[in-house]
Amino acid sequence: MIYLLCLVLFSIGLYCILVKRNLIKIIIGLVIMEYAVNLAFILFGYRLGGRAPILAQDQTIKNMVDPLPQALVLTAIVIGLATTALIVAIAVRIYDRYKTFDITKIRRLKG
Amino acid sequence: MIELYILLLFMIAAAFIAVQIKDLLSSIIAVGAAGLALSVAFLILKAPDLAITQLVVEILCLIILIRATVKRDTASTKDFRGFLTTIVSLVFIGVFLFFAYLALKELPDFGKPIMRVAANFIEMGQAKTGASNLVSSVILDFRAYDTLGEATVLFTAVIGTLAILRRIGRKKKDEVVKEND
Repeated sequence: MIYLLCLVLFSIGLYCILVKRNLIKIIIGLVIMEYAVNLAFILFGYRLGGRAPILAQDQTIKNMVDPLPQALVLTAIVIGLATTALIVAIAVRIYDRYKTFDITKIRRLKG
Repeated sequence: MIELYILLLFMIAAAFIAVQIKDLLSSIIAVGAAGLALSVAFLILKAPDLAITQLVVEILCLIILIRATVKRDTASTKDFRGFLTTIVSLVFIGVFLFFAYLALKELPDFGKPIMRVAANFIEMGQAKTGASNLVSSVILDFRAYDTLGEATVLFTAVIGTLAILRRIGRKKKDEVVKEND
């Protein structure tokens, strides 16, 4: 059930990318999809009643959540920021040349 | 787990508003609300490192997006691409949701991960790496080559951003270039 909600969030981002005409809206759709994928990874590694994967002095190590998806998502979040910055930079340069964010008006193949 | 459902529904509502609202600045603020809710969801799912990182990254992402939209003409862009595009997209998303639902049924239930690899990490992590935070022991020791590759991707993206945004390098001869952004 909770996986299904995560899937709905992903498909909202997919709808935004496929249907919208504004470049900034498309970037927003990408960001939403990235949130959904990161959240799905953490949901797959969660254990009911688990503890955070940080060792303490008096801790038995039986009931920790999975640290592997957390490690993968930690780098994926930072890379997501860098790629978002790259896309926004490209969008700003496109706006400088065409004076619009509308992707149906960006048609001229001019260097 | 009821708070997790509430947070997810809040994120879905914020994402829907971000997609559908006309004003771009409001749309960006709605995405920020979804991202901060994701940060709290990480905290509930027992991932404190991720919650801190998501908080910082979300604020930087908002600054970048607002910088891209402010002072630009965005009101004249319509958001409608015709009925055929919308219907085809919705059918495609429906097919995608159906197959994703079939795939989700094969996964283990929520709250019961398999942890065949991670059990080894949890047992041997402290003895092998000396790190009491198991996430950082996975990042920096067990899967260090993975992290090296992702750092390469990160620096490539940063260099690409700098190369695109730079003004000085692309001027012609005898042209005076003003740096305005």
